[in-house]
Amino acid sequence: MLMNFETSVSPHIRARDDAQRIMWWVVFSLLFPVAAATWFFGFKALLLVVFTMVVAVLAEAAFQRIVGKPITIRDGSAAVTGILLALVLPPTLPLWMAGIGAVAAVVLVKGLFGGLGFNIFNPALAARAILLASWPVAMTTWVAPFALDSVTTASPLFLAKMHQAVPDYLSLFMGSRAGSLGETSVPAILIGAGILYWKKIIDWPAPTAFIGSVALLTAILGQDPLFHVLSGGLLLGAFFMATDYVTAPVTTKGRFIFGLGCGVMTVLIRLYGGFPEGVNYSILIMNMLTPVIDTYVRPRLYGGVKKHG
Amino acid sequence: MKTFPRGIHTGHKKEATQSLPIRKAALPKRVVLPLQQNLGVPAEAIVKVGDVVAEGQKIADSAKFVSAPIHAPIAGKVIRIEKLLTAAGVLVMSIVIEAAEDVPAASPAKNRRSWKDLDRDAIRKAVREAGIVGLGGATFPTHVKLSPPSEKKIDAVIINGCECEPYLTVDHRLMLERPGDILSGAGAIARAVGAERIILGIENNKPDAIEALTAEVSKEGLSGVEIVSLKTKYPQGGEKMLIKAILGREVPSGGLPMDVGVVVHNVGTAVAIAEALESGKPLIERVVTIAGSGVREPNNLLVRIGTSFAEVIEQCGGLTEDAAKIIMGGPMTGTAVSSMEVPVVKATSSILVLAKKDVGEIAEGDCIRCGRCIKACPVGLMPNYLANFAKLKDWERMEEYHVADCIECGCCAYICPARIFLVQHFKVAKRELQLRKAVC
Repeated sequence: MLMNFETSVSPHIRARDDAQRIMWWVVFSLLFPVAAATWFFGFKALLLVVFTMVVAVLAEAAFQRIVGKPITIRDGSAAVTGILLALVLPPTLPLWMAGIGAVAAVVLVKGLFGGLGFNIFNPALAARAILLASWPVAMTTWVAPFALDSVTTASPLFLAKMHQAVPDYLSLFMGSRAGSLGETSVPAILIGAGILYWKKIIDWPAPTAFIGSVALLTAILGQDPLFHVLSGGLLLGAFFMATDYVTAPVTTKGRFIFGLGCGVMTVLIRLYGGFPEGVNYSILIMNMLTPVIDTYVRPRLYGGVKKHG
Repeated sequence: MKTFPRGIHTGHKKEATQSLPIRKAALPKRVVLPLQQNLGVPAEAIVKVGDVVAEGQKIADSAKFVSAPIHAPIAGKVIRIEKLLTAAGVLVMSIVIEAAEDVPAASPAKNRRSWKDLDRDAIRKAVREAGIVGLGGATFPTHVKLSPPSEKKIDAVIINGCECEPYLTVDHRLMLERPGDILSGAGAIARAVGAERIILGIENNKPDAIEALTAEVSKEGLSGVEIVSLKTKYPQGGEKMLIKAILGREVPSGGLPMDVGVVVHNVGTAVAIAEALESGKPLIERVVTIAGSGVREPNNLLVRIGTSFAEVIEQCGGLTEDAAKIIMGGPMTGTAVSSMEVPVVKATSSILVLAKKDVGEIAEGDCIRCGRCIKACPVGLMPNYLANFAKLKDWERMEEYHVADCIECGCCAYICPARIFLVQHFKVAKRELQLRKAVC
């Protein structure tokens, strides 16, 4: 039996986790914020999530078909983008607007840059920014939780900006407040993030630096740090957006700097900017700086750098 | 627990052979001896076709320093000297010997002596004459490492008993069965390089080996010998990682362990040195782990150099029906061989056979920038960026990102979720950069 055997370069064994497995774990972890959104905002919220996800997946398949690339919807990344986008939208947004957002996310922000791994901006957040610019009223119309007749109300950060009374900590923590679909329930976000941390899919530097710097800076500036941590999209953004592999730096140190930048900019926008919330834009701005961070923040070489001459 | 930064956990997969004592393999009827079995200059044949050679007779040598002689593993007749396929996949000039009866011994067996009676030059000479090379797989001629230039002060000898590659149990068995020889070899090495300290580094997944060597040290009443338990993590047995873990020193980029006052030798090499010094035995056999899902009866065999893989595997019950890949060395750094006709050489620490289910089909995807390769790289490289530059054939950028420091341990490619052929890209780039330097 002296036949020819397979040959290839070492290593000859591989770890179990592949890109696809990682993406589907992210989808699984997002089910907790989705469930919380359904609980607080009703069946309409779930419908929005499913619709946005399906549009994102179909748009990716259609785009890849048209440009003649292999169709990669099985890798789960379009599904992740679709769900994440839905989670940063107001519960009452018309489906067709969300659909346009989903198409923009996977085609404009990701596909045209070369697909998974090549996009500069987080697709869900860039799409949200596009929607906010296009339909500012619909994108900032919030409803109170459990209000089936869609009673509009203001978000806690807006109330704070207007120096009005804000919900108590428990409501903020549990998620019983107005806001984007997936940002309100802290326990649901923490469970999802915990799963990703346990599976070693996300690491600590970006979320820690992001949340830590918001807390520290708001405290220094005489604000209520706990309110600022629990409000708006900070926790969702810190655990699920600032940890996006593709659009954040690759080194531990780089990810920490990224989180720090996000935190500082979020506070500046919240306290001094025109918008009540700054998580979305701060992450997009840091996305732009990611190549710079990766160029200058490199791991230390074993044995130091060789001396020339 | 001492260790080095980063690295990976691969799972050991050593259960099949770690408790099997080393068994002598049957003497082969025919051996093939490639003349390049060491890093550096190949040896040249000093026998002709038709010559009758005794077991242990020197059959190839070189006048160059960074080279090692080769000896006849069996008594017999030289039937061919020609280019033949080796495990590395290239054709190498090789001596083929066919076994014959009634060949007189080369020289009367020497009386046993102790290495303690030899001075450093006698030790170096005996090691060179025995054709000993680094048996961990690197095959660097051992006498060269025993001859540091006088300006390099060596204060510590590290004996590498980590055996961090999955499946391999050769060194583990040697530590259990030959602790005395390991310590003799280590003593001789320390004398040759003028070092005071001897440190045995062993991963903590081999507590019985740590125990056996500790017992031997106290039995012999040796002083200046330390046994250090190291965290089980790949590539703990990498020379640079081992030095970092034990002594906290870092070999400078592009330098050698002797630049930081250390020499590192594998436990198998120490045993070979002890044998060469005490009975004049040349390196004509070595222990090989035969394991993996594609072989029926995994084992540890003491095999004569030059025996074909086919003959070794046959003594382990043969291949399974679904055997798909044969690897010389460990699964992380070993070389896949295309034919079972290739011979066991001094570098063959293992013959690993993987069944179809363990090989899988690997398609290279696009980088998702997860950063796992960076967290795994024990050298501190950015494998993802290096791979991007490799795809663009941007050799200058690869040099700037220190591809030359890559030790090809395979951590990055093992962990990569996009299954990028990182090590392959780096091997190509390193070769390209070397060729460019040679041309300029």
